[in-house]
Amino acid sequence: MKPFVPFSSPLAQLIVRDIDTDQIIPARFLKTTSKEGLGDQLFYDWRYDASGAPLPDFILNTPAGRDAQILLAGDNFGCGSSREHAVWALGQFGLRAVISTSFADIFRQNALKNGFLPIAVSAEAYARLCALPAHARVGVDLAAQQLELPGGDKIAFPVDSFARMCLLDGVDELGWILKHASDIAAYEASHQSSPDATGEP
Amino acid sequence: MPGTVKTISQKLWDSHVVRETPGGPSLLYIDLHLIHEVTTPQAFEELRARGLKVRRPDLTIATTDHSTPTKNRLLPIVDPIAAKQVAQLESNCREFGIECYGLRSDRQGIVHVIGPELGLTQPGMTIVCGDSHTATHGAVGALAFGIGTSEVRNVLASQCLLQWPSKTLRVEVTGSLKPGVTAKDIILSLIARIGIGGATQHVIEYSGAAIRALSMEGRMTVCNMSIEAGARAGLIAPDDVTFEYLHGRPFSPKNRHWDLAVERWRKLPTDTGAVFDRTIQIDGDTLEPMITWGTNPGMGMAITAAIPDPAGLPNAVERESAAKALAYMNLPGGKPLAGQPINVVFIGSCTNGRISDLRDAASILRGRKVSPHVRTMIVPGSVAVQRQAEAEGLGDIFRAAGADWREPGCSMCIAMNGDQLQPGEYCVATSNRNFEGRQGRGGRTFLASPLTAAACAVSGVITDARSLL
Ligand code: SF4
Repeated sequence: MKPFVPFSSPLAQLIVRDIDTDQIIPARFLKTTSKEGLGDQLFYDWRYDASGAPLPDFILNTPAGRDAQILLAGDNFGCGSSREHAVWALGQFGLRAVISTSFADIFRQNALKNGFLPIAVSAEAYARLCALPAHARVGVDLAAQQLELPGGDKIAFPVDSFARMCLLDGVDELGWILKHASDIAAYEASHQSSPDATGEP
Repeated sequence: MPGTVKTISQKLWDSHVVRETPGGPSLLYIDLHLIHEVTTPQAFEELRARGLKVRRPDLTIATTDHSTPTKNRLLPIVDPIAAKQVAQLESNCREFGIECYGLRSDRQGIVHVIGPELGLTQPGMTIVCGDSHTATHGAVGALAFGIGTSEVRNVLASQCLLQWPSKTLRVEVTGSLKPGVTAKDIILSLIARIGIGGATQHVIEYSGAAIRALSMEGRMTVCNMSIEAGARAGLIAPDDVTFEYLHGRPFSPKNRHWDLAVERWRKLPTDTGAVFDRTIQIDGDTLEPMITWGTNPGMGMAITAAIPDPAGLPNAVERESAAKALAYMNLPGGKPLAGQPINVVFIGSCTNGRISDLRDAASILRGRKVSPHVRTMIVPGSVAVQRQAEAEGLGDIFRAAGADWREPGCSMCIAMNGDQLQPGEYCVATSNRNFEGRQGRGGRTFLASPLTAAACAVSGVITDARSLL
C-alpha cells in the first residue's frame, strides 16, 4: 500500500445522508473477477441516465467534481452491503478521502485497507464544509489529523493510532498479521478441536 | 478473572483473541469462513500473487449463490461474466483445497441458509463471510461478522481477523407476538425505531420472551438484518431451541462430542448482571406487521399506518431524506400504503427463504390464486429447502396459485443474475434491502414478511395479511 501523503483538492459535495454501497456501485457490476475498471461505474445510477449518458448536474460530472479527490457526504456513509468494490470504485475515480459525520463500520474498514481515508468530523465542522463554495480546495493532512480550509482555518479529525500508522507508513496489513504466525499457531495448538467436533462422520 | 460477569459477545471475543495490540485492534481467531463467488476472486488472486496458501481450508466452505440462475441451473450460465465468476470460485476452491457446494451439489444454497442448515454454524464460534448478512449465524449464539474482500484475503491466509472490540447493545423484546406478526416484523420495527445507523459499532444481543419464543429460523431472520441497523453483528444466546435445531445435522458434533458440546454451549449465555453499553426494550405485545415505504430499511411502519408526511418531520435532514425517498418511490406522504397496487412479489433471500418462511407463504396461497397483475417469484434459500418444500407439497401450492416457484439462490434480493425489476415497478419483497435500484434500476421495493408478501400477491395491492389468515 502506498503511504498516505498530504494533499489538497476541490471538494465534491454530495449532501445526501445514508449513502449505501448499492448506490456507490450497483450490484450488477459485481460480477467482475478483477479490482480494476470500476471507476466508470462509481455512482452509476446517479451519474448516468438509462441510456448511459452522463447526467450533467450530478456532482461528479461537473468540472469541479471531475477533479475532486475528496468527497463530502452526509451521515452514515457507506452503509449496506460489504462490497469492497465501493472503495475500489471511489479510488479508481480519483477520490482519496470521504468526509462525513459518520461511516458504516464495514465501509470504514474496507477504506482503510485500501489507503482511502474516511474522515469523520463533527456536525458543526460538516456544516462549515457544506457552506464552502463549489470550487474551494481543502487540504488533508493525516499526520497532523487536520483539514485545511481556504483562508487557513483548520478542522481537526480523529483517527485511531493503528489506522494512522498503517496509512502513513503504507503498512501491508496481511504482512503485519502474518508476522504473528507463531501466535496463531500457538492459539491453534491450545484450541485443537476434536476431529468430529466440526468434521463429518 | 473469576467472578467477572460477561455478556455472551464478550465471552466469544475473549475465547478467540490470539493477540492483543496495545492501542490497536486484536487478532481474532476465526472458526468458520464461508465464501461465495462475488467477494472472493480478488482475494484468491492476491494469495496467488504472494505465493500464499489458505491456512485452514478445513475451516473454509464455499458455495455459489449470488450470480447463479434460479431456472435451468444445470445448463451453462448464459451471462458470460457471471459464468466466469462462478467457474473461478470453483477453480480457486480446487486449487486451494476448499470444499465447494456448487450448483450441482445438493448442499448448495444461499451462504447464510446453508451454514446453519448443515450444522456448520455452531454456538460459541467466530464466523466470517464476505457478505454483510453474516450476522444471520449469530442466531445460534455465534459471533459472526460480515467482512470485505481484503479481510477475506487476510482470513484465508491467516485464519484471523483484525478487529476492534465492539460496543454492546441489548435489544429486549418482551411479551408475545400477536397472530400475523413475525420475526421479520420485530427486526423491521427495531430498525424503524433506531435507524439504519442506529447500531453502528455495536454487537446486538437479542433477548426477551418474544425472542425466546421464536423458532431457530425466526431468530435467523432477526439476526440477519442486524446490519440494516448498522450493527457489526447480532446474536442470540443458545438454548434448547438451538440445541434441538442443531442436533443430527451433517456437521453437528456426534455422540459423546455432542454431549460435551452442549455442556460447553450452556455456559455461553450472558451472565446475570453483565453490563451493556445500551439497552432497548420493544414491547412484543403491541407489534404490528411492518412494511417499508422508503429507500432504506429504517423507513418502515406498521402496515396499518400512514406514510410519514415529510413536512411533518422534526428536522431538515430527515425531511429531505424522506422527500427524496418518496420521490424515488413515487408515493405521496401522509397516506396509508394499504391498497397501493404492486407489480411483483419476491419471496426468498437469506432473510426469509427458509422452510418456515415458505410455509407461511403457503398458508396464505393455499387454495388461492395470485393476482393476474402480479409476477410472484418464490425462491427457496437452498436445495434442502427446495426439496423439503416439494416433499411437504408447498411447491404444488405455489404452482397451483400461479406463482413462479424457482431454484435456490439470492435471486431478486440483489438482482445480479437477471432476476430483476423493470424501472418503475413496485415489488413487495421478503429480502432485506429496499435501497434505490437494489432489485433492478428504477425498481421500487417494499420490505415485509412472507405472510404480508403472499397476501399482497393474492390481492395485487398492499394488504394486511391478517385479513386472509
Ligand atoms: S440473499 Fe441477498 S442479502 Fe442474502 S446473501 Fe444473497 S444477496 Fe446477500
